[in-house]
Amino acid sequence: MLELLWIVPAVPFLGFLILAFLGKRLSRLTIEIVGVGSIGLSALFAILIAINFMTSPPVGHAFSQTLWVWMNVAGLSPGISFYLDSMTVIFMLVITCVGFLIHLYSAEYMLDEEGYSRFFAYMNLFVGSMLTLVLADNLVLLYLGWEGVGLCSYLLIGFLYKDPANGYAARKAFVVTRVGDTAMGIGLFLLFTKLGTLQIQEMLTMASDTWQVGSPLAIAAAALLLGGAVGKSAQLPLQTWLPDAMAGPTPTSALIHAATMVTAGVYLIARTHVIFELAPIIMTVVAIVGAATLIISGFTALTQTDIKRVLAYSTISQIGYMFLALGVGAWAAGIFHFMTHAFFKALLFLGAGAIIVCLHHEQDMFKMGGLRKKLPVVFWTFLAGSASLAALPLITAGFYSKDAILWYSFSSEQGSPWLWAVALLGAFITSIYTFRMVFITFFGEAKTEVTHRPGNRIKIPLIILGVLSIIGGFIELPHTLGNWPAFSNFMHSALPEIHVPHEIYSIEWVFQIIAGVLTLTGIFIAYQLFLKNTALKDKITQAPISKALNRFWFSGWGFDWIYDRLFVFPYIWLARINKKDVFDLLYSGIALVNRVLHVILSLTQTGRLRWYAVGIVFGAIITLYVVVFA
Amino acid sequence: MQIIFYIAAIIAIFSTVMVITRLNAVHALLYLIVSLLSVAVIFFLLGAPFIAALEIIIYAGAIMVLFIFVIMMLNLGREAKEQESQWLKPSMWIGPAILAAIILVQLIYVLMANQNETFNSTVINAKQVGMSLFGPYLIGVELSAILLLAGIVGAYHLGRRKKASVHRFFEEASE
Amino acid sequence: MISISIETGLLLSGILFLLGLIGLLVRRNIIFMLMSVEIMLNAAGLAFVIGGSRWAQPDGQVMFIFILTMAAAEVSVGLALILLLYHRFKTVDADAASKMRG
Repeated sequence: MLELLWIVPAVPFLGFLILAFLGKRLSRLTIEIVGVGSIGLSALFAILIAINFMTSPPVGHAFSQTLWVWMNVAGLSPGISFYLDSMTVIFMLVITCVGFLIHLYSAEYMLDEEGYSRFFAYMNLFVGSMLTLVLADNLVLLYLGWEGVGLCSYLLIGFLYKDPANGYAARKAFVVTRVGDTAMGIGLFLLFTKLGTLQIQEMLTMASDTWQVGSPLAIAAAALLLGGAVGKSAQLPLQTWLPDAMAGPTPTSALIHAATMVTAGVYLIARTHVIFELAPIIMTVVAIVGAATLIISGFTALTQTDIKRVLAYSTISQIGYMFLALGVGAWAAGIFHFMTHAFFKALLFLGAGAIIVCLHHEQDMFKMGGLRKKLPVVFWTFLAGSASLAALPLITAGFYSKDAILWYSFSSEQGSPWLWAVALLGAFITSIYTFRMVFITFFGEAKTEVTHRPGNRIKIPLIILGVLSIIGGFIELPHTLGNWPAFSNFMHSALPEIHVPHEIYSIEWVFQIIAGVLTLTGIFIAYQLFLKNTALKDKITQAPISKALNRFWFSGWGFDWIYDRLFVFPYIWLARINKKDVFDLLYSGIALVNRVLHVILSLTQTGRLRWYAVGIVFGAIITLYVVVFA
Repeated sequence: MQIIFYIAAIIAIFSTVMVITRLNAVHALLYLIVSLLSVAVIFFLLGAPFIAALEIIIYAGAIMVLFIFVIMMLNLGREAKEQESQWLKPSMWIGPAILAAIILVQLIYVLMANQNETFNSTVINAKQVGMSLFGPYLIGVELSAILLLAGIVGAYHLGRRKKASVHRFFEEASE
Repeated sequence: MISISIETGLLLSGILFLLGLIGLLVRRNIIFMLMSVEIMLNAAGLAFVIGGSRWAQPDGQVMFIFILTMAAAEVSVGLALILLLYHRFKTVDADAASKMRG
């Protein structure tokens, strides 16, 4: 069964090829079947392979399969080879299953758009590339998948290309992630030249053999890989592209910018964890980056009015949690949070998409309201997702994963109370803005009329994801609540275990109580301010300091403004003064010289006899000189 | 006898200078004839009587007369003289004079490189020249004949008065 | 019959040639240019004769005969051309025929 691993990424690619070349001639139904069915088939195989892997694991808990050797040049011979271990299994399952649900949803969501086949072609290409990324056995194939998902992100953000604003958003996403990709590329060069191979497992063993803990090469390599991860996962300082990427259709936002592509950075760091462990200072940087990002985007989400932008900043914030987990060494907890986040964030985006389309493309939350009775399925699933996001204690998946991260950020050897405090504050803010979103959108009086109801293909994925958001956390019960760490045990074959000083174990329940209380407090505050006592909210928001803070947080803490001043304007200015293209002068200069010479030489063609006689005499003088004197 | 050579040389140079500086064409031609005559004297002194005679007869006698006839036919008149004086400003002479001076310097340099040994010139009369022409240089004679033929034909053709020729199509149409 | 050095003779020939050259470069009247060419030809012939006299051979004189023949042919054709040019341009200015087409 495991030998069929190659089918999992191959089927989406096949789907892309069919839709790209034949899409114009196929009927809507055929496009749906090909587009959704390819991911469905892939998901089916993924599930079967995962079951096989879990029940009868291969030797060393890892399986690798090489299809062919890609290239063989100067000692670099990566193959098209796939590697399956427990972490890959989780990623593969999430990508294919959540991907399938999102494709099913978009079969109905995108029904009215033109370019139906183009959309599914791009989405299939995306799923194929993402699977290549997580299944890759060597960093070159991983980079291929990395670039592929970046390309698909660009194509899908700018899907409705007739509006130039979408094109700008797509370009911004591409350029910002490119900065990260370049850093990662340099990191790959460094790793190859110093370690001699890019095959991941070989490279990691070589690294731990040749490099000491804290060696400058390890620090450099880890820093460069972190640069790539930060770009793709929209963390500080490259987080500016994700909110603008919401210009793409909602299924794209759900799949790419919530569940899968933005977690590629998390995957990269977890996959090359040996290098990061060899550079403890970079691990600390990862944790700090995660903590800073989650706090900054949390505050920003508090002020947004567009429902998709709230979710975008929320995504940035939650990935910050994952980075925090990885930075303190809680590898399994980070992956666990990735899984639960995929469930509830995809659900929230799909729900938001359903609301937007049912309210005839209204995206401003403050123009919604009263949808609790009108769209019941959407309301209950959205509530489940929000509860999971806010980490409502005990009954949601998000609680278990976020709680694990909070605990490890305090108790791990590389953790610190400050990180825990920041993460806790972030959790508090998360619950406030999440339920602000819920209360404004679903409660209160209806400001926009519901124009049509969602169909089955929208409702079914929402329900499935809603259930997963609730029960998905029960596979990792912490010590205090049942002590069944099934997920971490599964991860141990691929990722190192986290070390917690034993004496702290006993006070874990204190931290859980604090986190739970804060979440409930946050929900209560949101309820008071946005539902019950809106007069209080108005009084707070009218204060001048609130207005200033609102403006500051709304713009994402001014990052766009800084980047514009620092990079964009100087570049545009340079391009403007180089409008005549100074470097082209090199070539046009040759033509210019030719022309000038031509003009000069044509002056010698006078047609006058005596002039030519003078020329002959000159020649005679020179010839005489050469013959006689030289 | 030496001195005659130098006198003839000086007259030749002087009259050549006169040729190129005159405004009136006929005057220039007359000076040219004088120059040719002095060169003929030099030929005599060098022991080439036949050539000297040919110089006078053909060069000075035929070619220069041809020139004079053409100038007569052109009938240029007074305004030509004014035009010439306009064209011959003193500043015009500077450039060519410099060029000629450079070549002269090169020439003198080459000539002075050898020793100045003198030679006695023997007379080579017409008979010897004739034998040489009909001997080794026979082909040259034939070629000059062909050249003269070409000259005759060319001069005849160029000198023909052409009637205004109309294509016969138009001739018929105009009737 | 006299004894001169060949250098003197060649120098005389050279001076005459250069005078003809100056005349060719300076004068604008076509007839004068043709005259200058005649001067140059004559000077070249003088050089040949001097050379032949130095080696006491008839070859120099033979060469001069050829030069003479060529000069005659050239002058006849050249003067015919001058007449045609005068008919065309109504002037004997050499620079009048300097318009090159294309």
